[in-house]
Amino acid sequence: MLKILYFASLRETLGRGAESLELPGGVSDVSGLLQLLTARGGEWGQLATVKNLRYAVNQEMAQLDSPLRAGDEVAFFPPVTGG
Amino acid sequence: MPVRVQEADFDVSAELAALRQGDARIGALATFVGVVRDMNDGSGVSEMTLEHYPGMTEKALEAIVIEAKGRWNIFDALVIHRVGRLLPTEQIVFVAVSGAHRGETFAACEFIMDYLKTRAPFWKREVTAEGARWVDARETDDTAAKRWQG
Repeated sequence: MLKILYFASLRETLGRGAESLELPGGVSDVSGLLQLLTARGGEWGQLATVKNLRYAVNQEMAQLDSPLRAGDEVAFFPPVTGG
Repeated sequence: MPVRVQEADFDVSAELAALRQGDARIGALATFVGVVRDMNDGSGVSEMTLEHYPGMTEKALEAIVIEAKGRWNIFDALVIHRVGRLLPTEQIVFVAVSGAHRGETFAACEFIMDYLKTRAPFWKREVTAEGARWVDARETDDTAAKRWQG
Protein backbone atom coordinates (compact mmCIF):
# COMPACT_ATOMS: atom_id res chain seq x y z
CA MET A 1 0.00 0.00 0.00
CA LEU A 2 0.95 3.61 -0.57
CA LYS A 3 -0.04 6.32 1.89
CA ILE A 4 -0.78 9.52 -0.03
CA LEU A 5 -1.14 12.92 1.66
CA TYR A 6 -2.41 16.24 0.30
CA PHE A 7 -1.84 19.61 1.97
CA ALA A 8 -3.09 23.19 1.97
CA SER A 9 -4.95 24.41 -1.16
CA LEU A 10 -4.54 20.98 -2.77
CA ARG A 11 -6.19 19.26 0.21
CA GLU A 12 -9.14 21.66 -0.11
CA THR A 13 -9.48 21.26 -3.89
CA LEU A 14 -9.32 17.46 -3.74
CA GLY A 15 -11.62 17.29 -0.71
CA ARG A 16 -9.31 14.97 1.21
CA GLY A 17 -6.08 15.08 3.16
CA ALA A 18 -5.05 11.45 2.87
CA GLU A 19 -5.77 8.15 1.16
CA SER A 20 -4.33 4.66 0.91
CA LEU A 21 -3.74 3.13 -2.49
CA GLU A 22 -2.48 -0.26 -3.60
CA LEU A 23 0.67 0.53 -5.62
CA PRO A 24 -0.60 -0.14 -9.15
CA GLY A 25 1.47 -2.24 -11.51
CA GLY A 26 3.44 -0.07 -13.91
CA VAL A 27 3.75 2.80 -11.43
CA SER A 28 7.36 2.99 -10.30
CA ASP A 29 7.94 6.67 -9.54
CA VAL A 30 6.29 9.95 -8.52
CA SER A 31 5.61 10.85 -12.14
CA GLY A 32 3.71 7.59 -12.72
CA LEU A 33 1.59 8.08 -9.61
CA LEU A 34 0.84 11.67 -10.63
CA GLN A 35 -0.38 10.51 -14.05
CA LEU A 36 -2.59 7.88 -12.45
CA LEU A 37 -4.15 10.37 -10.01
CA THR A 38 -4.65 13.05 -12.68
CA ALA A 39 -6.46 10.49 -14.86
CA ARG A 40 -9.23 10.33 -12.24
CA GLY A 41 -10.54 13.48 -13.93
CA GLY A 42 -12.53 16.36 -12.44
CA GLU A 43 -10.73 18.19 -9.66
CA TRP A 44 -7.81 15.73 -9.90
CA GLY A 45 -6.75 17.59 -13.05
CA GLN A 46 -5.48 20.22 -10.59
CA LEU A 47 -2.48 17.97 -9.95
CA ALA A 48 -1.37 18.57 -13.53
CA THR A 49 -2.14 22.29 -13.66
CA VAL A 50 -1.23 23.62 -10.18
CA LYS A 51 1.76 25.94 -10.35
CA ASN A 52 5.03 24.51 -8.98
CA LEU A 53 3.54 21.37 -7.44
CA ARG A 54 5.90 19.89 -4.83
CA TYR A 55 6.26 16.24 -3.80
CA ALA A 56 7.79 14.39 -0.88
CA VAL A 57 8.50 10.68 -0.49
CA ASN A 58 8.85 9.37 3.05
CA GLN A 59 8.95 12.96 4.33
CA GLU A 60 11.87 14.05 2.13
CA MET A 61 11.51 16.45 -0.81
CA ALA A 62 11.39 14.35 -4.00
CA GLN A 63 11.62 14.66 -7.78
CA LEU A 64 9.34 13.37 -10.52
CA ASP A 65 11.68 10.43 -11.10
CA SER A 66 11.98 9.52 -7.40
CA PRO A 67 11.20 5.79 -7.13
CA LEU A 68 8.15 4.49 -5.22
CA ARG A 69 7.83 1.22 -3.35
CA ALA A 70 4.98 -0.40 -1.45
CA GLY A 71 4.75 1.12 2.04
CA ASP A 72 6.01 4.55 0.98
CA GLU A 73 4.40 7.77 2.20
CA VAL A 74 3.95 10.20 -0.70
CA ALA A 75 2.81 13.81 -0.24
CA PHE A 76 1.69 16.41 -2.77
CA PHE A 77 1.54 20.10 -1.88
CA PRO A 78 1.91 23.66 -3.20
CA PRO A 79 5.12 25.66 -2.57
CA VAL A 80 5.64 26.26 1.14
CA THR A 81 4.81 29.62 2.79
CA GLY A 82 5.95 29.37 6.41
CA GLY A 83 8.11 31.72 8.42
CA MET B 1 15.66 19.99 21.50
CA PRO B 2 16.74 22.42 18.74
CA VAL B 3 13.43 22.35 16.82
CA ARG B 4 9.85 22.79 18.05
CA VAL B 5 6.53 23.06 16.20
CA GLN B 6 3.75 24.17 18.53
CA GLU B 7 0.44 26.02 18.80
CA ALA B 8 1.48 27.84 21.98
CA ASP B 9 3.26 31.19 22.01
CA PHE B 10 6.91 31.36 23.05
CA ASP B 11 8.85 33.60 25.44
CA VAL B 12 11.90 34.98 23.63
CA SER B 13 13.68 35.90 26.84
CA ALA B 14 13.17 32.49 28.46
CA GLU B 15 14.22 30.65 25.28
CA LEU B 16 17.41 32.72 25.02
CA ALA B 17 18.24 32.12 28.67
CA ALA B 18 17.84 28.36 28.12
CA LEU B 19 20.00 28.46 25.01
CA ARG B 20 22.83 30.25 26.87
CA GLN B 21 22.53 28.45 30.23
CA GLY B 22 25.81 29.75 31.61
CA ASP B 23 27.92 28.77 28.60
CA ALA B 24 30.91 31.14 28.87
CA ARG B 25 32.15 30.29 25.36
CA ILE B 26 29.24 32.26 23.90
CA GLY B 27 30.09 35.77 22.71
CA ALA B 28 27.19 36.29 20.33
CA LEU B 29 23.49 35.49 20.17
CA ALA B 30 21.67 36.24 16.92
CA THR B 31 17.88 36.02 16.90
CA PHE B 32 14.99 36.47 14.49
CA VAL B 33 11.30 36.78 15.38
CA GLY B 34 8.66 36.59 12.64
CA VAL B 35 5.34 38.30 13.43
CA VAL B 36 1.84 38.27 11.86
CA ARG B 37 1.15 41.54 10.00
CA ASP B 38 -2.31 43.06 9.48
CA MET B 39 -1.59 43.61 5.77
CA ASN B 40 -0.45 41.37 2.88
CA ASP B 41 -0.48 41.95 -0.89
CA GLY B 42 -2.55 45.08 -0.47
CA SER B 43 -5.31 43.52 1.65
CA GLY B 44 -6.02 43.84 5.33
CA VAL B 45 -5.47 40.55 7.19
CA SER B 46 -7.66 39.81 10.22
CA GLU B 47 -6.25 36.36 11.06
CA MET B 48 -4.26 33.48 9.60
CA THR B 49 -4.04 29.74 10.04
CA LEU B 50 -0.77 27.86 9.64
CA GLU B 51 -0.96 24.28 8.40
CA HIS B 52 2.03 21.94 8.36
CA TYR B 53 3.10 18.38 7.56
CA PRO B 54 3.66 16.74 10.96
CA GLY B 55 6.78 14.61 10.90
CA MET B 56 8.28 16.08 7.77
CA THR B 57 8.26 19.59 9.25
CA GLU B 58 10.44 18.59 12.19
CA LYS B 59 12.79 16.60 9.94
CA ALA B 60 13.14 19.50 7.50
CA LEU B 61 13.88 21.99 10.29
CA GLU B 62 16.39 19.65 11.92
CA ALA B 63 18.14 19.16 8.56
CA ILE B 64 18.39 22.96 8.14
CA VAL B 65 19.91 23.37 11.62
CA ILE B 66 22.41 20.56 10.94
CA GLU B 67 23.40 22.21 7.65
CA ALA B 68 23.87 25.57 9.39
CA LYS B 69 26.10 23.94 12.01
CA GLY B 70 28.16 22.39 9.21
CA ARG B 71 28.60 25.69 7.39
CA TRP B 72 29.41 28.02 10.28
CA ASN B 73 31.34 27.75 13.49
CA ILE B 74 28.35 28.15 15.81
CA PHE B 75 27.59 26.43 19.10
CA ASP B 76 23.86 25.88 19.02
CA ALA B 77 20.66 26.85 17.21
CA LEU B 78 16.99 26.82 18.13
CA VAL B 79 13.96 27.02 15.84
CA ILE B 80 10.39 27.40 17.14
CA HIS B 81 7.52 27.64 14.64
CA ARG B 82 3.91 28.08 15.62
CA VAL B 83 0.95 26.45 13.82
CA GLY B 84 -2.81 26.89 14.04
CA ARG B 85 -4.79 30.14 14.23
CA LEU B 86 -2.79 33.36 14.69
CA LEU B 87 -3.82 37.02 14.89
CA PRO B 88 -1.95 40.14 13.75
CA THR B 89 0.91 41.11 16.16
CA GLU B 90 1.31 37.47 17.31
CA GLN B 91 4.70 35.79 17.05
CA ILE B 92 5.01 33.08 14.36
CA VAL B 93 8.61 31.94 14.29
CA PHE B 94 11.76 32.23 16.41
CA VAL B 95 15.32 31.45 15.37
CA ALA B 96 18.22 31.83 17.78
CA VAL B 97 21.87 31.01 17.15
CA SER B 98 24.73 31.07 19.64
CA GLY B 99 28.39 31.38 18.71
CA ALA B 100 31.67 33.01 19.63
CA HIS B 101 31.42 35.94 17.22
CA ARG B 102 28.65 37.93 15.55
CA GLY B 103 29.58 37.31 11.90
CA GLU B 104 28.95 33.59 11.91
CA THR B 105 25.91 33.76 14.18
CA PHE B 106 24.24 36.47 12.04
CA ALA B 107 24.91 34.48 8.86
CA ALA B 108 23.68 31.18 10.32
CA CYS B 109 20.50 32.84 11.64
CA GLU B 110 19.71 34.38 8.26
CA PHE B 111 20.49 31.11 6.46
CA ILE B 112 18.14 29.14 8.73
CA MET B 113 15.29 31.59 8.04
CA ASP B 114 15.90 31.63 4.27
CA TYR B 115 15.91 27.83 4.10
CA LEU B 116 12.92 27.53 6.44
CA LYS B 117 10.96 29.82 4.10
CA THR B 118 11.57 27.60 1.07
CA ARG B 119 12.03 24.06 2.49
CA ALA B 120 9.94 23.57 5.63
CA PRO B 121 6.39 22.34 4.86
CA PHE B 122 4.24 25.11 6.35
CA TRP B 123 1.36 26.82 4.54
CA LYS B 124 -0.40 30.07 5.51
CA ARG B 125 -4.08 30.67 4.92
CA GLU B 126 -5.13 34.22 5.69
CA VAL B 127 -8.52 35.83 6.19
CA THR B 128 -9.01 39.23 4.51
CA ALA B 129 -12.03 41.48 3.95
CA GLU B 130 -12.38 39.80 0.52
CA GLY B 131 -12.45 36.31 2.06
CA ALA B 132 -9.97 33.57 2.97
CA ARG B 133 -7.04 32.77 0.68
CA TRP B 134 -3.92 30.62 0.65
CA VAL B 135 -0.79 32.75 0.64
CA ASP B 136 1.28 32.43 -2.56
CA ALA B 137 4.96 31.58 -2.34
CA ARG B 138 7.22 34.55 -3.13
CA GLU B 139 9.93 34.51 -5.74
CA THR B 140 12.02 36.75 -3.50
CA ASP B 141 12.13 33.91 -0.93
CA ASP B 142 13.55 31.55 -3.58
CA THR B 143 16.12 34.17 -4.53
CA ALA B 144 17.09 34.65 -0.88
CA ALA B 145 17.60 30.90 -0.39
CA LYS B 146 19.58 30.49 -3.62
CA ARG B 147 22.28 32.98 -2.62
CA TRP B 148 23.53 30.43 -0.05
CA GLN B 149 24.15 27.85 -2.77
CA GLY B 150 27.26 27.30 -4.84
